[in-house]
Amino acid sequence: MLLGPALGLSAILFTIGVAGVLLRRNAIVLFMCVELMLNAVNLAFVALAQVYGVGAYLIAFFVMTVAAAEAAVGLAIILAVFRHNQSIDLQNINLLHG
Amino acid sequence: MTLPLLAVQVVDEARAAGPGPAVRLAWLAIALPLLGFIVNGWLAMVRPRARVLVSLIGPGVLLAAFVVAVAIFLELRASPPEAPFIVSLWPWIHVGELRIDLALQIDQLAAVMLLVVTGVGSLIHLYSVGYMGEDPGYARYFAYLNLFIVFMLVLVLGSSFPVLFIGWEGVGLCSYLLIGFWFNDKANADAGKKAFLANRVGDFGFLIAMFLLWQTVGSLDFVTVFSRAPGALTTGAATWITLFLLLGCTGKSAQIPLYVWLPDAMAGPTPVSALIHAATMVTAGVYLVARTSLLFAMAPLSGEVTAGIGALTALFAATIGLRQYDIKRVLAYSTISQLGYMFLGVGVGAYSAGLFHLVTHAFFKALLFLGSGSVIQAMHHAYHATHSQEDAQDMRNMGGLKRWLPVTCGLMWIATLAIAGVPPFAGFFSKDEILAAAFARGAEQPVYYLFYGLGLVAAFVTAVYMGRLMAMTFHGESRVGEAERPHLRDAPAIMTGPLLVLGLLTIVGGAINLPEFAGGHEALEHWLEPVTRAATSLHPIVRLAGTTEKGLIGAAVAIGVLGLWVGFRAALGRPILPAREAPPDTGLARLVYRKYYVDEIYGALIVRPLVWLSEKVLWRAVDQALVDGVLVNGGVVGSRWLGRLGSRLQSGQLGLYVLLFLVGAIWVLHTILR
Repeated sequence: MLLGPALGLSAILFTIGVAGVLLRRNAIVLFMCVELMLNAVNLAFVALAQVYGVGAYLIAFFVMTVAAAEAAVGLAIILAVFRHNQSIDLQNINLLHG
Repeated sequence: MTLPLLAVQVVDEARAAGPGPAVRLAWLAIALPLLGFIVNGWLAMVRPRARVLVSLIGPGVLLAAFVVAVAIFLELRASPPEAPFIVSLWPWIHVGELRIDLALQIDQLAAVMLLVVTGVGSLIHLYSVGYMGEDPGYARYFAYLNLFIVFMLVLVLGSSFPVLFIGWEGVGLCSYLLIGFWFNDKANADAGKKAFLANRVGDFGFLIAMFLLWQTVGSLDFVTVFSRAPGALTTGAATWITLFLLLGCTGKSAQIPLYVWLPDAMAGPTPVSALIHAATMVTAGVYLVARTSLLFAMAPLSGEVTAGIGALTALFAATIGLRQYDIKRVLAYSTISQLGYMFLGVGVGAYSAGLFHLVTHAFFKALLFLGSGSVIQAMHHAYHATHSQEDAQDMRNMGGLKRWLPVTCGLMWIATLAIAGVPPFAGFFSKDEILAAAFARGAEQPVYYLFYGLGLVAAFVTAVYMGRLMAMTFHGESRVGEAERPHLRDAPAIMTGPLLVLGLLTIVGGAINLPEFAGGHEALEHWLEPVTRAATSLHPIVRLAGTTEKGLIGAAVAIGVLGLWVGFRAALGRPILPAREAPPDTGLARLVYRKYYVDEIYGALIVRPLVWLSEKVLWRAVDQALVDGVLVNGGVVGSRWLGRLGSRLQSGQLGLYVLLFLVGAIWVLHTILR
């Protein structure tokens, strides 16, 4: 039931997320794009639960937990970067270049 | 059972029970000088000024070793063993079938060498106390000298080729250390290096001979090798083995073609020249030939080559001695020449005659060297007192020294008569026996008549240069400056004491192998018979008829006396100018003075091509261009380029990393899901 359209939406959202990560320079936006990718994957898991059973729901919960933890750590890093650089433009944060 | 039978049985049991206490304690003879080396070496590092202690320990351990040697000799004489005693100390190399123990072999030959090394060694150690007394390296000197004795005893007592080789290499090391003892002067260090390198060439021969022996006979123990050799070795194999052994001997014993290092070795202190480069180490080659006499007897060609090299060296070196001015250099060439005689002796197959000359030569040549040491020291002190820079070893600066050094002069005359072959001194008997043996063998192979002739001419030349040496040094007008004369004085008692003992031995030393015509019974030859029997049964020593022998002796004595007279008269016949004023030699004299330019020829043929090869090919091309340039620096440049490439990727831009990660992830997924 609606498996094909759900997976299609998931793929579209994931691709938007990837494009955002690759193209945007604002750390917050980039961070939101990562969340978008995670949620796209979650959508795929939930849709596929119809085929593979409740195990897929379980993984979706795991992903949410990890995403929450990641959000906490990621926002803390962005705050620290902002305090240090007075900017969250990723183009300016390249201290580790070769 | 009757009593006499019982007594016989007891004696038999005593023999069957094996070696007596002295033989079983033979290791002490090596351990004592080793202890001396350790203590003196330690003192040299922490207390270089501890002269009294060093003077006690250095000669003390040697005298103790001499006591052990005498005890062993007496024990062997009481019951002469037919087979050598083996005193095994510990297992050394056990690999597969190869079993080499660190073991000592005590037999009649080893006992003779043991007595000579420790006996003459003790005297020279005592002499050194006086000669080296003012040297800042006194403790170091005695440490080296003790270490030399250790290795020399390992050499003569070792029961197998590898153990002998330890000693063989060790004495070479000590020789190197002592030649370069005053290493602040580059010439001395170079002389040490030359000796070491010339000996390496010989060692190569020794090693090859050992490999061949292992391959053909399957053992390296003397006893096993000699018992298996007659069955296991063909004449060809025995010839190759002995020729390679002979190459080793020519290096160690300074024979043609490897003799060039010995004259330069006179850079060391004079007692070292006496002990190492005249009396003991350089005779190691003769000892080795005598030890492996069976192998040499199985290879007639090697015997001829040995005798030929010996006879040629005897004459060649003697002629160079005719035109040298440095008193020690004359004696150095004389040593080479006398070693040639020993090689002639053992090459002919008269092993006991060769060893007889080895022993008597150790006496009279040590006496000559130590006497020259006393002369040099007297001259050196005189020049030192007047702050003169003249050469204390140049005979042109001496002359008339018998007025100031009567004891030394008298003792050196004894040694001179001995080396010239004047009866009844020791050298007469031994040299005569060698020449007689060569002459006798001439009846079988005429080439030995040639060797005899060379030896006889060499005897004449020997007498001439010795007469010249004595005349230039002790007789005639004194060329010592007026200012120096009051400072000349004879050596102190600690130096003349050993000289007197050596002088006595030089006079009576011939008694150890007195031939029958002189009322003796060839004691040394009978003593060595168990060792040389295997060889002499293959090649019996030819006996000369009594009248022929007397004729030969008469000729040899006449030649010796005539030579001395000729040399003496020729040296005093015209005025000699001091070294400072003397014009350089010309013509033939110059050719001989420059030693026939052999060093220069070796330099052009061997040293310079080798240096060229090392510098241009090995250093510049292989090392600098290939190893340094291509391999090392090439690796550096390559990794630097790789590094630059890698660091371009580390742009610090997060977007790029994500892109690469994405590409990578897609590629991985693609590979897995395909």
